[in-house]
Amino acid sequence: MNKQDKQIPPLTVSGMTVAYQRKAVVEEVSFTLPEGNLIALIGPNGAGKSTLLKAVLGLVPSIAGQVSIYGDAYKKMRSRVGYVPQRESVDWDFPTDALDVVMMGRYGHLGWIKRPGRREKELALATLDKVGMADFARRQISQLSGGQQQRVFLARALAQEADLYFMDEPFAGVDAATEKAIIALLSELKRAGKTVLVVHHDLSTVEEYFDHVLLLNKKLIAAGPVETTFTPDLLHETYGGKLAIVSSDGRETLVRS
Amino acid sequence: MMDFWIILTAVLVASACSILGCFLILRRMALVGDAISHAVLPGIAIAFLMSGTRDSMWMLLGATAFGLLTVFLIQTLQTFGLQSDASIGIVFTALFAVGVLLISLNAQHIDLDLDCVLFGEIAYVPWDTWTLGGIQMGPRAVFMLGITLMVILLLLGLFYKQFKICAFDPAMAAACGIPVLLFHYLLMGMVSMTAVSSFESVGAILVVGMLIIPAATAYLLTHRLGIMIGLSVAVGIVSAISGYLVSYLLDASIAGCIVSVAGILFILALIFSPSSGLLVKFTRRSSSARTAS
Repeated sequence: MNKQDKQIPPLTVSGMTVAYQRKAVVEEVSFTLPEGNLIALIGPNGAGKSTLLKAVLGLVPSIAGQVSIYGDAYKKMRSRVGYVPQRESVDWDFPTDALDVVMMGRYGHLGWIKRPGRREKELALATLDKVGMADFARRQISQLSGGQQQRVFLARALAQEADLYFMDEPFAGVDAATEKAIIALLSELKRAGKTVLVVHHDLSTVEEYFDHVLLLNKKLIAAGPVETTFTPDLLHETYGGKLAIVSSDGRETLVRS
Repeated sequence: MMDFWIILTAVLVASACSILGCFLILRRMALVGDAISHAVLPGIAIAFLMSGTRDSMWMLLGATAFGLLTVFLIQTLQTFGLQSDASIGIVFTALFAVGVLLISLNAQHIDLDLDCVLFGEIAYVPWDTWTLGGIQMGPRAVFMLGITLMVILLLLGLFYKQFKICAFDPAMAAACGIPVLLFHYLLMGMVSMTAVSSFESVGAILVVGMLIIPAATAYLLTHRLGIMIGLSVAVGIVSAISGYLVSYLLDASIAGCIVSVAGILFILALIFSPSSGLLVKFTRRSSSARTAS
């Protein structure tokens, strides 16, 4: 990473609007991600979190808005971006094993004709090891637990060797071991100066896991450091009446109802 | 020599269909294969009317175009909010009907038999030969199928990783910059070519059998895509050869026997598959019941 990059933010989104059949699901969203941070994208169900992510990656068409990744168009910067889709988005009965899925993270770097070879295999094994899945490299993916499948997806994103990562609900429905593995991974990515945007559901862990938050409910309600942005007032504004804030042990706990 | 050409034709149909079938069933598009194999009929009829001959290249081009049109129309209807099964049903029956109309209206000009379109007649393959510069080059169907199989092997050989990731995780593929739509239409184009070049020999209905049954059988037997494709081709070829022998013994429809044998192989895999077979599941259940009690 050169010096120039330090001044160019990893991601700038301006005026992003996405509509499904004329109904806007994301409206006029603009934000800039600070480099080297773990950022949570939170909001109620149907707030357009996943859609926003997909629109940034060009996976769903946006009707307005611009995306700049390290100062350039996404198409030119693909190799610096890693993506972890929702686990449910693929068919886990597909005839393949964990190692093979992780190697798919290299396909974007291989170009049109080149096939994955020894270098790709070694890198894939190394990233599987990082998420504690080295012993499962040759396991058929349908025989992995939900948490293990999630870790395979994370390993695949790591194999992309990106600088900016997008993760769509990596914590959804995983076991404690996987949650720990994901946290360890996120802090390692942060130490390496990577930027990670995570669609997140569990409000009780936001303060513990993340530096920044984006509060989304179709429109961007607020964006900023957790200390100043993850506040009861702003959360009420984001979640509307669907949020109860319970005070216990002198500490505020958030309960979604 | 006649037996040789018939068996070779059947083996070529089986190989081409079995390879593509793997990708169709993994992408849950088995019925799109069904749709294409019927909807190419107007393409065949129009190519026939325009060129006035059974020239293979015209038929291949015309029908492949209609195959792609089918896929495009199905997707367009879906974007209007129609369910995917309904879209498939509407598009392929409507196009097939157009093909039937075109043929019946021009019956005196088109040397195509509708029974033959539906059920095929592989036994006639050796007589319909292709001549180049006055030299007999062998059956026309063998050449068309040979070219189709070569195209399939070439494209899948070159772009195996793209076809694989587009089948497993199209969103990831798109995010990596792989042109998902291009590979989608390449696959559909190959299915169309296969449907056209096989329809005269095994017929529209049995093409669907060869597209889906060997691939589904292989799916039950392995957990690797590469092995699945190999097994699928093996099941296809075994069905083709033994189907021909059975038809000889029973003096019955060759294509019918081939697909019946494939069906029997599928049932065997369903019962005896080491990983997901009924027998394994049954013994597992009874042994776990024993340990529980």
